[in-house]
Amino acid sequence: MTALLTIIIVLFVAVAIWQLVKIFDLAQAGSESSPVATDKDNNINGYLMMGFLIFIYVITIVCFYYLGDLPLTSNAASEHGPGIDNLMIISMVVIFFVQTVTQFLLHYYAFKYRGEKGKKALYFSDNNTLEAIWTGIPVIVLAGLIIYGLFTWNDIMDLDDQEDPLVVELYAQQFNWKARYGGEDNVLGKANVRLIDLDRANILGVAEDDPNAQDDVIVTELHLPVNRPVLFKMRSQDVLHSAYMPHFRAQMNCVPGMVTQFGFTPTVTTEEMRQNPDIIDKVQNINEHRVGRQAEIEEAGQDLTYQFDYLLLCNKICGRSHYNMQMKIIVETEEEFNAWMAEQKTFANSLNK
Amino acid sequence: MSATVDTHGHDDHDVHHHKETFVTKYIFSQDHKMIAKQYLITGVLVMGIIGILMSLMIRMQIAWPEQANIVFEALLGKWAPDGVMDADIYLALVTIHGTLMVFFVLTAGLSGTFSNLLIPLQIGARDMASGFLNMVSYWLFFLSCVVMISSFFVEFGPAAAGWTIYPPLSALPMAQPGSGSGMTLWLVSMAIFIASSLLGSLNYVVTVINLRTKGMSMTRMPLTIWAFFVTAVIGVISFPVLLSAALLLIMDRSFGTSFFLSDIFIQGEVLHYQGGSPVLFEHLFWFLGHPEVYIVLLPALGITSEVIATNSRKPIFGYRAMVLSILAIAFLSTIVWGHHMFISGMNPFLGSVFTFTTLLIAIPSAVKAFNYITTLWKGNLQMNPAMLFSIGLVSTFITGGLTGIILGDSALDINVHDTYFVVAHFHLVMGISALYGVFAGIYHWFPKMFGRMMNKNLGYIHFWVTAVCAYGVFFPMHFIGMAGLPRRYYTNSNFPLFDDTIDTQSVITIFALLAGAVQLVFLYNFIYSIFKGKKAEQNPWRSNTLEWTTPVEHIHGNWPGAIPHVYRWPYDYSKPGHDEDFVPQNVPMKEGEQELHH
Repeated sequence: MTALLTIIIVLFVAVAIWQLVKIFDLAQAGSESSPVATDKDNNINGYLMMGFLIFIYVITIVCFYYLGDLPLTSNAASEHGPGIDNLMIISMVVIFFVQTVTQFLLHYYAFKYRGEKGKKALYFSDNNTLEAIWTGIPVIVLAGLIIYGLFTWNDIMDLDDQEDPLVVELYAQQFNWKARYGGEDNVLGKANVRLIDLDRANILGVAEDDPNAQDDVIVTELHLPVNRPVLFKMRSQDVLHSAYMPHFRAQMNCVPGMVTQFGFTPTVTTEEMRQNPDIIDKVQNINEHRVGRQAEIEEAGQDLTYQFDYLLLCNKICGRSHYNMQMKIIVETEEEFNAWMAEQKTFANSLNK
Repeated sequence: MSATVDTHGHDDHDVHHHKETFVTKYIFSQDHKMIAKQYLITGVLVMGIIGILMSLMIRMQIAWPEQANIVFEALLGKWAPDGVMDADIYLALVTIHGTLMVFFVLTAGLSGTFSNLLIPLQIGARDMASGFLNMVSYWLFFLSCVVMISSFFVEFGPAAAGWTIYPPLSALPMAQPGSGSGMTLWLVSMAIFIASSLLGSLNYVVTVINLRTKGMSMTRMPLTIWAFFVTAVIGVISFPVLLSAALLLIMDRSFGTSFFLSDIFIQGEVLHYQGGSPVLFEHLFWFLGHPEVYIVLLPALGITSEVIATNSRKPIFGYRAMVLSILAIAFLSTIVWGHHMFISGMNPFLGSVFTFTTLLIAIPSAVKAFNYITTLWKGNLQMNPAMLFSIGLVSTFITGGLTGIILGDSALDINVHDTYFVVAHFHLVMGISALYGVFAGIYHWFPKMFGRMMNKNLGYIHFWVTAVCAYGVFFPMHFIGMAGLPRRYYTNSNFPLFDDTIDTQSVITIFALLAGAVQLVFLYNFIYSIFKGKKAEQNPWRSNTLEWTTPVEHIHGNWPGAIPHVYRWPYDYSKPGHDEDFVPQNVPMKEGEQELHH
């Protein structure tokens, strides 16, 4: 049945194209039917070039109008976030300006200088001044962007200046995340996947005889105290994963066989973020979408109403359920964090005897 | 240049004596024009159609996730039970779509077709330096296509680790079904492909260096030849590195070595691998992977240079700057690979270095874009379909290239890495741009390949619908990426964070389907014109380059008599002091006439 339908559709398309060709051929029957562009073609396509320029501008404006609230260029929830956002906005302004001007020149010239029989083009093959100008301008602009970018980058990646950071291990496996805290001593016990012992529920391969490991805490929901630097140590047990925390402008790959790291200071608690007017708008918008898909969502066993939460996403292709490998992140006050931490089992207590 | 060789003496007898059978003419042909057509049909058309179909299925799944679809049922069979696409096959489609488009269509298809066709014809040679190697190169390519496609018919399906096949995912059959025999076939296919590509590239390099006709100095070569030549050089330098990466990965997969693997616990057991690093693979892969972008793009830019100059009836602006920028891009392309790895766990200081080199590459790219625009200025533009695609290429090259400033900046890459922003960026700057280059090349040299003209009106329909759809697909995609939606997600309906992007996803998919449908117009035009197109004149576009001095009917050895000598550069369009608005390269200088471009 489907095969038949497919064949019918293909046939219809073929007939439609054949008819189109006939129409074009008939339209040209009276006049000269040259396979090379004529003045008429140059004219029509010249105007279409201007039309296309307008299309590019319109699609830009429409995208910014309707989708302008999507990009994460404000409301960063980490200390270094606004630095990235500023650099992003500056780069976007540069891009937007260059795009508008060059697309105009390209399409306007294509329109203005569309061919005409008997016209002769200008023999103009070289001009060193012009070349110097459009080599020099990109050099200057890019130099500025590179320098700004490198300062921002070094600032983010230099983790030596973090004062008393909370050390958290992010542990990735197909297809979920675990987080391990250093416990009271804030030092992570040694670990290696070779030490994994599923019978004893030692799922992260933490060294059971390491004194630093005894008070470690392993959880499936990441809690962070606000305004305290966090130093993440990333591990993976099987394939490459990437810990992507878009609201904190943070991302680092988790690589089997090595420990990678990233650090940031969360500055906005989950509760505060939920009160942010932009986020309220966004959540409302999402919920309106969800009402439209009510049946589908309820069938999948999800809550219909969405409430904002920070999320850690896997952002490196890792297999079948890559798309569904997330961990909730909760940023809270120091007191809330300590209270939550006090409820967690330590590593020593979590082992099966 | 002393490297030009006068080949007139001994080859005239070659031209007439060979008796050709069907097999030697159409199948095991050693004639560069026939091999070009073979590459065109296999690489661009067949593999292109398969690659585009896959992309449309990917788009349908993204826009209408987990919904039954008769297209899936018809095309995917057991991979889409009840017409619902399986999550594993989604990743396989993403992987094979990328592999086919990047390597098979836009590397082998593009270079194979146009380097083969144009290098001998435009430099004035009877054929490639080695016709036999050229034939072997094509048939190895054909074999690699067969092996790659056959991976759809093995039990657990084709490779599904992304076209970058990062280990350990690609190395461990237990990590996903696609890393079993499908991955083995992928690696074997790519190894054959690389052998084919190296044979082809060596042949192009040797031919350009040794077989130029008298007077064809390096600075009189058309920019197409410069682009093909430099592309081949980059290929020779970087493809062997991918081959070594593939071989080491095969060793890890099948012979228990640990080049890329260490400390792995999967499905309840610890594997024996110790001491390797996946980051090493990333370095090796991107040492090819980034130059690969320019292997795809440079030939398209070369074609554009030729088509824009011819159809503007005007010399290409800044010939020397164009050549220098090709060389600069080629050099820089080999030292920027790390910008794919800012957050891979490599030393952040390396990230700084790669940010610096990466943003440098924007300079020669900008020079090229400005030179194209200046070439249009005060021209007499002939709006043939090839010209439209070339202008379209410059447009998408600018739009796509500009966002590279964001991705190349390590600090900004942290938050847009591996999101849809990247997908939008590289599809515009290398996917769409290079495809436009292919189309421009086909419309422009169709008369040279098949002796007939394509229908221009269908060409116009093809271009305008494609152009609108290309922006319709990839422009909004940037915004979805900046919202933080990762690429390669089968669906994102399991968490609500991105639910507000779903309408945009549907619009994108509709544009994509429309773009796919309009390629049928091209396909129809192409096939119809081969048999029923208007007979071509010898030089339909009134072009200067040597290929248009050969007869319309293909003959072995290209020119019936002696090879023409070259007296001028290829861009003497609308030169004052001449009656016609073009002066072919084989027309001697008039008395007192100057070569103005130096």
